[in-house]
Amino acid sequence: MAAEGGKVDPMHQFAIEPMFGTDHWQLAGHNIAFTNSALWMAITTVALLVFVWGGMKRELVPGRWQMAVESLTGFIDNLLAANIGPAGKKYVPYIFSIFCFILFANLLGLLPLTLLGVHPFTPTSHFTVTGVLAIMSFAIVLIVGFARHGLHFFSLFVPHGTPWWLLWLIPIIELISFLVRPFSLALRLFVAMMAGHVLLEVLSSFVIGSANSGPLWGSIVGVPSFLLMVAICALELLVAGIQAYVFALLTSLYLNDAENLH
Amino acid sequence: MPQISQLAETYASQVFWLLIFFGFIFFVIGRGMVPKVMATVEARDSQIAADLAAAEAARSAADAEEEAWRIQSGKQRGEALALISSAKAEAAKASEIRLASAQAKIEARVSEAETRIASARNGALKEIEKVAADAATDIAARLAGVTVDAKAAQAAVKEALNG
Repeated sequence: MAAEGGKVDPMHQFAIEPMFGTDHWQLAGHNIAFTNSALWMAITTVALLVFVWGGMKRELVPGRWQMAVESLTGFIDNLLAANIGPAGKKYVPYIFSIFCFILFANLLGLLPLTLLGVHPFTPTSHFTVTGVLAIMSFAIVLIVGFARHGLHFFSLFVPHGTPWWLLWLIPIIELISFLVRPFSLALRLFVAMMAGHVLLEVLSSFVIGSANSGPLWGSIVGVPSFLLMVAICALELLVAGIQAYVFALLTSLYLNDAENLH
Repeated sequence: MPQISQLAETYASQVFWLLIFFGFIFFVIGRGMVPKVMATVEARDSQIAADLAAAEAARSAADAEEEAWRIQSGKQRGEALALISSAKAEAAKASEIRLASAQAKIEARVSEAETRIASARNGALKEIEKVAADAATDIAARLAGVTVDAKAAQAAVKEALNG
């Protein structure tokens, strides 16, 4: 929360602030400075690494931590088995990585670290990040589809039972819906994350503003806003999980198209 | 909206670091650690399944053994019963035979004894007749002074004795 002149700028939390390497770190002419976004991606990675590493004791009778990690991998495994079938086993590492990266990034971005003076940053609230994830998923779908079925993969655009007199229209619609997939994947996650964070910031600005303008406005506007914030925080935790799940689920559905066509 | 206003200057850094960290997650965690976790789960599941199968097999083996034992014990009980009854029958037969032989012996001894008694009585009777004839001859000689012929005396005694 950047309070500039007593006002909260709800967009400030999405600002990228280079931390180091701004001047020298170049890759093919592009600046690749280590930013707060990169830092939180690193924190996400470390948190996930610690979490999974804690479940690697490989005991026959699992402890709590191992049980948690195993239920997470089992969840991804079941998701793929239900949507793709036995062929889905080989996508477990990718779907697990996507799901856990998004989930951990979402949840870590919600941590109330501002109270300690640290600004949490949610990498998944940037469409640059979600776009890369979506393009990766889409590219994998394309590669798997063409590798498995060759040009026959285009039959995806002609669903079973298409009447012959609609053959000029249906493939176009299917093609468009197919090409929209990476955008819908990327934008859904980005919008959900951003909207929730903006909403929390706006409500917090209500609380601060109304409290500053006196006890009357503070109790009429501030208290309900604060209660709403608490509820929306819970909702945001839910959304963090749901968006990660939706991303993983849709990726696995698209992979099912690529594996099994229709 | 920093996502758009900062896009030009930051997209390269965003993409680069995302690829670095997501690549790390995918290759180290996703491909390195997750399969091990899942292998542990699979090993546990297969061990549980194997244990259950072994327990099931052991139970069916125990059932079969019990069934076999039941059959065998039934057979043995039947054999024992047959043995007992045959032994009983044999013993009854043997005791019957022995009883019969003992009976026969007893009867033989009884009849022998009876003949002995009869002969002894006959002997005694003859003796009595002789003694009585002598006594009668003597009495007649003393009382009546009549000498009685021994044969007549004997005939008279026999008549008196036998009615």
